Amino acid sequence: MKGAGILLVFLLTPMTGMASDSAAVTPAEAYCKWKMVDYGVPEPLCGLQGDAGRGRRIVLDSGQGNCLACHRLPVDGVEGYGTIGPPLAGVASRLTRAQLRLRVVDARHLNPYSIMPGYYPDLALINRPAVKYRGRAFLPAQAVEDVIAYLATLK
Amino acid sequence: MTGPRILPWALGLIVALLANNAWADRQAKSGYAYLREETRQMQDDEFENPGYLAVDKGQELFRRRPDSGRSCASCHGQEGAKLDAKRLARYPVYDKSMGGIVRLQDRIRNCQEQRARTKALPYHDPDLLALETFVRHLAAGEAVNVQTDGSMASLLKKGEAIYRTRFGLIDMSCAHCHEMYTGQYIRGQRISQGMGNGFPAYRLDTGEMANLDLCIKQCLTLMRAEPFMPDSEESRLLGAYIMSRSNGLRIETPAVRY
Ligand code: HEC
Ligand code: HEC
Repeated sequence: MKGAGILLVFLLTPMTGMASDSAAVTPAEAYCKWKMVDYGVPEPLCGLQGDAGRGRRIVLDSGQGNCLACHRLPVDGVEGYGTIGPPLAGVASRLTRAQLRLRVVDARHLNPYSIMPGYYPDLALINRPAVKYRGRAFLPAQAVEDVIAYLATLK
Repeated sequence: MTGPRILPWALGLIVALLANNAWADRQAKSGYAYLREETRQMQDDEFENPGYLAVDKGQELFRRRPDSGRSCASCHGQEGAKLDAKRLARYPVYDKSMGGIVRLQDRIRNCQEQRARTKALPYHDPDLLALETFVRHLAAGEAVNVQTDGSMASLLKKGEAIYRTRFGLIDMSCAHCHEMYTGQYIRGQRISQGMGNGFPAYRLDTGEMANLDLCIKQCLTLMRAEPFMPDSEESRLLGAYIMSRSNGLRIETPAVRY
């Protein structure tokens, strides 16, 4: 377990171990079902309220959202973002909250080949999860809502 | 008069194809092509490349006579000179008598048990990795040449199916990164085609040697998936498929990789 405590793959900054998987395992929590309507998810997960400040940290943290692994974000002083997904500056002027939520929850409903991980997909769709992650989504429902709140500020 | 009108279109199409990275990337390229300049220099310099420590250690183990049995060198020569580089470049091979796909590490373990009459080293043991590194290094410069017809054809198809299956909480397939997004950056790290010609390789990330099987294990762990056991059919099928994708690439063992 090397590296600065990160997981993912994405991970791949020179300082973080590609082979390491030392992210804190979020405690299992009850899963809230969500519904897709018009290619969006209008209702907040579990009816939770998001916080944009927390969301910003989650998006940058390579042990949590790690969105930076694939996306460029309008945040100063960050190097080593990815070029796999589109830059997210201005994304809230392109997409509604409901549309953003579907993207983060499970982008495969829009693009079945999407490489973007589902952060809160139907758990039954996860193939061969590592034992310590069984029964968990990538992010807890509250974290997803925090991320949505942050993305909504990117006008 | 259609000729002259089609010409600009045809030219445009050719230019577009040539300019298209994804298209260019479809030809097999060694992971070397995606490395930073410093890492290439490190690989190319025998004194700087930490993989040569494993080559040397492997050679020593190759010559050492185990208490219970015979040394590898007693059959294959002190420098391994009786091993044929062209045959080494064929691995993994199909071997009916051994029940299917045999990787270099499987062959070495089998020799330990059957020929040297000693205990086979456990998978992923650093000594086994060193032996594999020494032996594969004997074929450095040869083109990878995995069999793709005959009994191997259907096995490679199965390996490819695994390659295209999503795994783990991150729910990505190998093809996502190593085909669809080759050449892109994931957190500042350039994604290669995930070829096998450099393995066993020294990995800067872990500071240790890894063979292809360990590399696959690391990619699966990153996807927060349960990795395959080193002795599993899946691991052999996937490894053989990856190596067959690498056909034609020069063996670089010991490569230096991220
Ligand atoms: C492994 C790569 C990857 C990761 C990690 C990732 N994304 Fe994405 N994302 C993509 C790709 C690729 C697309 C483009 C659409 C597609 O292919 O599904 C995308 C599209 C999007 C879009 C739509 C953008 C638009 O302009 O239409 C949003 C919003 C988004 N991602 C947010 C996020 C957030 C927030 C996170 C982290 C919590 C994240 N992404 C993590 C790869 C990724
Ligand atoms: C999210 C992205 C991602 C996924 C999914 C992924 N890998 Fe990788 N892989 C990488 C990165 C980044 C590296 C290190 C840089 C490089 O060599 O491409 C790597 C390295 C490799 C290498 C070493 C290539 C070399 O020349 O050093 C192999 C082989 C490999 N991966 C195979 C696989 C297999 C098999 C799978 C599926 C089980 C897989 N990868 C899934 C990102 C990924």
